[in-house]
Amino acid sequence: MSESEQPILEVRDLRQFFPIQEGLLRRVVGYVKAVNGVSLTINQGETLGLVGESGCGKSTLGRAILRLYEPTGGEVIFHHQDRQLSVLDLDRHGMRQVRANMQMIFQDPFASLNERMTVLDNVIEPLVCNGIGSRPEREATAENLLAQVGLRKEHLRRYPHSFSGGQRQRIGIARALSIEPKFVVADEPVFALDVSVQAQILNLMKELQAQLGLSYLFISHDMAVIRYVADRIAVMYVGKLVEYAERDELLRHPAHPYTEALHSAVPRLSQKDSGNRRRNRILLKASPPDPGNLPPGCVFQTRCHYAEEQCRQEEPPLREISTIHSVACHLAEELNLSGI
Amino acid sequence: MSTASKPTFLTALSEHYIRWKRERSQRLQERLYYASQRELVWHAFKKHRLALVALIILTVLYTVSIGADFFAPFSPLNRFQNFNDAPPTRIHLITREGKLSWPFVYQTVRVRNTETFKYEYRENTTHRHIIRLLVKTEPYKLLKVIPIQHKFFGLSDRHVPLLLFGSDRLGRDVFSRILFAGRISLFIGFGGVMVTFILGSILGGISGYYGGLVDEIIQRIIEVLISVPNIPIWIALSAALPRDWGTIKIYFAITLILAVRGWTGLARVVRGRIISLREEEFALAAKAAGAGDWRIIFTHLLPAFISYLIVHITLAIPGMILGETALSFLGLGIKPPAVSWGTLLQDAQDITVLANYPWLLIPSLFVVLTILMFNFVGDGLRDAADPYASR
Repeated sequence: MSESEQPILEVRDLRQFFPIQEGLLRRVVGYVKAVNGVSLTINQGETLGLVGESGCGKSTLGRAILRLYEPTGGEVIFHHQDRQLSVLDLDRHGMRQVRANMQMIFQDPFASLNERMTVLDNVIEPLVCNGIGSRPEREATAENLLAQVGLRKEHLRRYPHSFSGGQRQRIGIARALSIEPKFVVADEPVFALDVSVQAQILNLMKELQAQLGLSYLFISHDMAVIRYVADRIAVMYVGKLVEYAERDELLRHPAHPYTEALHSAVPRLSQKDSGNRRRNRILLKASPPDPGNLPPGCVFQTRCHYAEEQCRQEEPPLREISTIHSVACHLAEELNLSGI
Repeated sequence: MSTASKPTFLTALSEHYIRWKRERSQRLQERLYYASQRELVWHAFKKHRLALVALIILTVLYTVSIGADFFAPFSPLNRFQNFNDAPPTRIHLITREGKLSWPFVYQTVRVRNTETFKYEYRENTTHRHIIRLLVKTEPYKLLKVIPIQHKFFGLSDRHVPLLLFGSDRLGRDVFSRILFAGRISLFIGFGGVMVTFILGSILGGISGYYGGLVDEIIQRIIEVLISVPNIPIWIALSAALPRDWGTIKIYFAITLILAVRGWTGLARVVRGRIISLREEEFALAAKAAGAGDWRIIFTHLLPAFISYLIVHITLAIPGMILGETALSFLGLGIKPPAVSWGTLLQDAQDITVLANYPWLLIPSLFVVLTILMFNFVGDGLRDAADPYASR
């Protein structure tokens, strides 16, 4: 889908640390390194899938990009009408302009809508906040959007409590799109939904992308979902990117043991899919390290089946192994990992 | 033939009934879709019978106090000569002839008991004075605006005392005075609560949303305020009020004094809720939509728990009413000639009064009634407050 290789958003070495406070005086005794130096680029009209397990910092990364948190360090560059805006340095006024172009679809449709407002008021909230259009114009926009996301305009006067999860998520999508953003962070938009409804929402998001030329940062813990929507995939583990590649490349030739493990966790419908090889599910030992207390060397070494002495001492940088493939593993060239 | 047709008729009827019920519940369901939170809360509140009754009683109390000019038979300062500390006038339904009659009273006269040297009140049964509704009096203005010349009830002869709750030391009608006193006592709670609400939600909101140093400062102020006992701080502040202030000035000053502590509790409730809600997705969504801090706090976060605030406030009003009563009782609040329930109770301070003129304690019943009713309404609201919880 990425005909133009024009970047819309660049993230450089983004860090988001949360202080750990202790005692009566709230002394800072350490930091939870939720996002620890992440760099990535999202091109116009493409979907970048960000995958990783719960608590690895995916959502924090999404929120930090939109500056819902104040990142500790790094840069976020948003390309807007031939200008490059450094999102993290913008003042309140500049932030408004950027927010009008970057929106977010939230994870839990039951928590992300304001129950006290009608659907209409929820959907036009971004327009109201940015002072776009008059009331009738906003209502017209909302009607169109609702039709686009597959709801009826009678629904506008209702309150969110009268909708199902899937319908609510459609409302959430309508809200994110009401201001006609160029870039949307979709934070596990199908996480709380039934599988059948998941497919509907994913298809809707794809359709809207084609119609409106949106770029997505699509966050999910589910490799199956990511595989379906993403053009390129970034794999995140405990605050860091461990692998970053074009979708098919990452699926067929994973270069990081963690990616391999994620692939193996996707349930398959038939044995044929995995070829002649007998399929082995890779079970990772223990749980990921505490992002407030990282191990030395590679972040994954505590759970890696292939870890060597070097991995326990040296932290592998994210390096390109081909033009479309980067990985943070010392052994990338040596290992022969199985994809899908 | 009739035996055969009966069951079919009945089945048709029951089918009709079932369809009607289904359609009705569908209509209700549909209305629910469009129901705002306020409507949902009201729907749940109505199921709480006790709270509903309490709400009605409170409405009556407030109406009667606001319209005291109309509902009270006499002015609060109207004195009946020779009727000092008179007991409640007896209301009769049966005439001397043994016939049922519209309620009436007899003219009472004061006589000195020659043995005890106490005054006693005897009924002069020669003439019946019938209690009439909407009795005509000299013209006056209701609420200082509407010209009117009737009282809600009374006797046609205005010089015959009709003392439902007796009279006080100066011969004034206690019932009328209670109604007029309600104007101050019932509304001081509102004034205080209004200030409480504004201070509490703004300071609590800021404290919770921004956190950090602002939060620390506000929290320490609250801690200092609540560590000083209530009554002494009220007494100290009201003792500092200038003696020559008018009733209205004093009234507002007392309101502020009551609110000085009142807001602290609310501010803490608001702070706690804001802290838990600001990380919720709908708050982040508002931020992502480009809403400013002020808009997020006051149009997204506060409304999300406004029902809890209303409950908190409903339950805070009795405290304010009691505070005013206590201050006035101690002579530090509202001062005569203005009347409040507290100043009325001042007359009942010593034991001879309690022993000889117990009707002077009736104002306390109104205090108790009001406070109980507020608590019932608060209970009902608390149960109804979260209409989404049960769904």
